[in-house]
Amino acid sequence: MAEAFANATQILEPFRGVKKVTLEEYFTSGHRTCQGCESALVMKLMVKAAGPRTIVLGATGCMYVANTTYYTTPWVVPWMHTQLGSSGSAALGTSAGLKALMRKGKMKSEPINVIAFCGDGGGADMGLGAISATLTHKEYNSLILMYDNESYANTDIQLSGSTPYGANTTFSPPGSVRRLIHTRWKKNTAAMLAAGHTECRYVATVDASYAVEMMNKVRKALSISGPTFIHSLDPCPKGWDYDPMLSHELGELAVETGVFPLYEVEDGVLRYYGKTKAIVEGRARKPVREYLLKQGRFAHFTEEDLGYFQSKVDEMWEKWELPGVIPFKKAVAGK
Amino acid sequence: MALETKTPAAGATASDDREMLISGSEACAEALTLADLDVVTAYPIRPYDTVMQAIAKKIANGQLVAEYIVAEGEHSQFEVVKHASTVGARVFCGSSGVGWMYAMECLTVTPPLRVPMVAMVGNRALDDPGAFGVEHNDALSVRDLGWMLIWVDTAQEMLDTTLLAYRIAEDRRVFLPIAISADGAFLTHSQAIVQVPSKAKVDKFLPPYNRGDLLLHPDNPITVAPQANEDWVIEIRRQNNEAMNRAYTVIEEAYADFRKTFGRGPENPWFEEYMTEDADVILMGMGTISLPFKVGIRNMRAKGMKVGLIRPRWFRPFPTEKMVTALQRAKAIGVIDRDYSFGSPFGSGVVANEIRAAMYNAEKRPPLLSFICGLGGREVTLEDVYKATDLCLEAAKSGKSPLKTQWLGVRE
Repeated sequence: MAEAFANATQILEPFRGVKKVTLEEYFTSGHRTCQGCESALVMKLMVKAAGPRTIVLGATGCMYVANTTYYTTPWVVPWMHTQLGSSGSAALGTSAGLKALMRKGKMKSEPINVIAFCGDGGGADMGLGAISATLTHKEYNSLILMYDNESYANTDIQLSGSTPYGANTTFSPPGSVRRLIHTRWKKNTAAMLAAGHTECRYVATVDASYAVEMMNKVRKALSISGPTFIHSLDPCPKGWDYDPMLSHELGELAVETGVFPLYEVEDGVLRYYGKTKAIVEGRARKPVREYLLKQGRFAHFTEEDLGYFQSKVDEMWEKWELPGVIPFKKAVAGK
Repeated sequence: MALETKTPAAGATASDDREMLISGSEACAEALTLADLDVVTAYPIRPYDTVMQAIAKKIANGQLVAEYIVAEGEHSQFEVVKHASTVGARVFCGSSGVGWMYAMECLTVTPPLRVPMVAMVGNRALDDPGAFGVEHNDALSVRDLGWMLIWVDTAQEMLDTTLLAYRIAEDRRVFLPIAISADGAFLTHSQAIVQVPSKAKVDKFLPPYNRGDLLLHPDNPITVAPQANEDWVIEIRRQNNEAMNRAYTVIEEAYADFRKTFGRGPENPWFEEYMTEDADVILMGMGTISLPFKVGIRNMRAKGMKVGLIRPRWFRPFPTEKMVTALQRAKAIGVIDRDYSFGSPFGSGVVANEIRAAMYNAEKRPPLLSFICGLGGREVTLEDVYKATDLCLEAAKSGKSPLKTQWLGVRE
């Protein structure tokens, strides 16, 4: 009984289609995110999928500053701020506190969802160590969701370890002498965490352009015991510099061009999703220029830059051991 | 396993006090067991980590049921317990030296979140250069942030103060964190006979932690720590200030109840006075520095010199009026800092300048001399004590304070 109790989770069955999605909202009015903000949609869908018996912890970032201004809150479920690099620690501490109190009979025993979210700055940069630690604590249930809008979008759009190659940010402006300041390739965060934490039972990538799939991955992550991680790619009109009406389309293009693959790793088994699955099975990818040139942050790209970006994405699908996920190539005998 | 987890603090059921030969860190762990701690986070750094080793044994041997989390750094260590506390768990944490500084961001957020965490600081010199020995700059670094700070001197005082700390911090009128400072090695690692009270007495003294309407739980769906900005931040700071002000009463009440429940503990929670009643010179220092000073004072008393010692316990909240009243009796005051504050007024340590500030409006202001001594864990010798006293006696005669801070026991 003790062991069963130890990792009991809510069992959240997948929504069978958009018409079966529950109507109740737990992230409502009261925030001041930008028009076209995909991350606000991610928050809404995330907690809709989780339901009312949930505690949400939010690391510093736009989903903190723009969502929760004192005297107003969009959160219907309990919500608490945590420090920029602390999403992992917030998930772990909240889960451990609940577990201690329930096992000692100091609190009514019930599975409560614990979700900590962070941006790409809080997740892929500053908070990576704490997230990594939490993903090794298999006896504490939690979900860490990284909403990746590919920059420090709350502080004026500065580049993060998750900003794509060459993008124009306030820390990497294209200049008359140096066209590209930011020449680092984006971190492969989800796969890194999946590969490096063998007892973390669930890691997934999501894209809110595919909303039902996204919510069902959240529900699966919360139903699986132990710590889990979801990486969400969120088009950001302000940081990516595009018309807000294009958020949904850019989310689709990120997948269709192969720039952002959709997959999950559940108990060590990799499953591709949707258009990504089709790409792995041989369907042609759209050229990355269709995705990049719709965004002002790549407006300074030359044909050479576009070609380089395309070649790196081609490599993901043509050379990687696990296409789009694990960037190893087997050594060829004799070399 | 299921049955065991139903028994709170199974090892602490004895009805009578026990005597144990234990170190300061072990005394803290005994108190934590009696307090039925819920969540603790550990990360290694000398010398505080001996408390975490002691707690690990308590949990492994079934004397304490608690979640024991080994963090990947002090930042996470303090964040994890902070969050556990917000859902209602009684938590403990701690660190030393640069470890404490590594957690600094988390130390800043704990008081305004009104998290009544208890932490132990095994005082240690900050890097660089590396040194295991005691200095007080680590804990003093949070003196302005809303942490209540206390320095203890003996293993018994460590045990008693740990119980008192939960009682005070978790009082709804306060709800602020407390850091208990223990001098590295001199207290963390030194064994002494300690009276360990019964669980029944502790239960009488220490009520369960009740987070009330601040509890983060689906039945109480609140939003905690939103962005406040200039609209509200100053009011929130003011609330912190009021909580710290209310702590004065809560501390007095807690010590009175402690004495009633356990039959020991000081009448004056704020500072220990040693042979001060007729003292011409009052020396002052925090923590285990009291030992060489007490020995020196006894030797000097044998020669007819009227010298006494005040050992401050509570540094935050600072007992301004009581301290001023006690110090006004002296003809000269000598403050010995085991810390530094480079570029400060008169180049004095933190405690000396705190006393200067407290005495500014006093009716009677005896000459105040400031000393820096024992940094990096250097032994404080009787020679140091005599030298400080001689300078204080000179000032008592002349009525004038030499402004320059004296460094004792240092190679010039």
